[in-house]
Amino acid sequence: MSEMTEIVLTIDGQEIKATAGMTVLQAAQKAGIYIPTLCHHEKLEAFGGCRLCMVEVEARGWTSYVVSCVYPVAKDIVVRTRSAKVDKIRKVLVEELMAHAPDAPELIRLAEEYGADRNRFERDASFCIVCGLCVRYCNEVKQKNAVGFIDNGARREISFIPEVAKDECWDCQECFTICPTSYAQAAYLLTEALAFPGQRKVPIKTTQAPEPTRRVIPIMPVAATT
Amino acid sequence: MSEQTIDGIIEKYRGQPNSLIHALVEIQHENHWLPRDVMHKVAAALQVPFAQVMQIASFYKAFSLTPKGRHEVHVCTGMTCHLRGAAKLRAKVEELTGLKDGETDADSRFTYETGACLGSCSIGPELIVDGKHYGRMTPEKIEDVLKQYE
Repeated sequence: MSEMTEIVLTIDGQEIKATAGMTVLQAAQKAGIYIPTLCHHEKLEAFGGCRLCMVEVEARGWTSYVVSCVYPVAKDIVVRTRSAKVDKIRKVLVEELMAHAPDAPELIRLAEEYGADRNRFERDASFCIVCGLCVRYCNEVKQKNAVGFIDNGARREISFIPEVAKDECWDCQECFTICPTSYAQAAYLLTEALAFPGQRKVPIKTTQAPEPTRRVIPIMPVAATT
Repeated sequence: MSEQTIDGIIEKYRGQPNSLIHALVEIQHENHWLPRDVMHKVAAALQVPFAQVMQIASFYKAFSLTPKGRHEVHVCTGMTCHLRGAAKLRAKVEELTGLKDGETDADSRFTYETGACLGSCSIGPELIVDGKHYGRMTPEKIEDVLKQYE
């Protein structure tokens, strides 16, 4: 953006100034207004995968429901981050995700906030909610592409590529911390156990250096963000 | 389906990440499946991460990640073919080839798959071998059809 065109919009009754090209989510976050997200990460391109950041937008008299992480700001739109219908949408989304990862700390917190029933849908404990954070982080930030999506539709899942993971993952493990369900870590360890047991590349040790401490992150509740 | 043919296809698209699907389609057509080492070659030549090649190859049903036979035998199980006796065709094909749905024989001669709808309801029940449609099929005629494919 060469010129910074200023756009004024309303979010939850507040007048917010934003620049052209920003998304509604970015504008809200800049103003300190919280919108729940799962697949969003500030270092990554917007993905629009989890749909949890759905908000109500009123533009030219029409009300619609949009995904705020990919919806660009526009002049004079009125955004509501909470409404009966928005809350209902988020509740059902959380319930659907909980069929896959019933014990993910972030989902438990959201379930409390939106009154979601974790047992509403039949369990399909894949433990992955396909938010794509690990895949996109490895591609965009680390540029290693050690983990990718495979298959399609309801069968889509993440998969570590053994040929790459063997040399890259143990030294990095950064996707383990951003994964909302601990599945990235589990998927990596399973891949290692099946495809290259005992062959991972570890940091080169000198004789004086102490044994590197085990870096696998223990599974514990994630502190609530914002 | 020699190695040179595959290498030729890969060379044609060298340095063109956007042509990933084209390259894979051509290799699939030539080789009937995508071996992992071939996908590694594609990734290296087209400068695409291997994870992305895997993503594309596993996303589309047109690609096969397991070996396929020289000839693809399809029996339509769509509603029309079903009513016109597709089940008997399936039983006969399974008896003749010894294969179940989705399997390939040890000599890589046939891969047998069912599908619905294969789009020729007016001539059902139908058997399709390598894209050639055999309409108004009867179990008795199948053996003669399959004999033509070695």
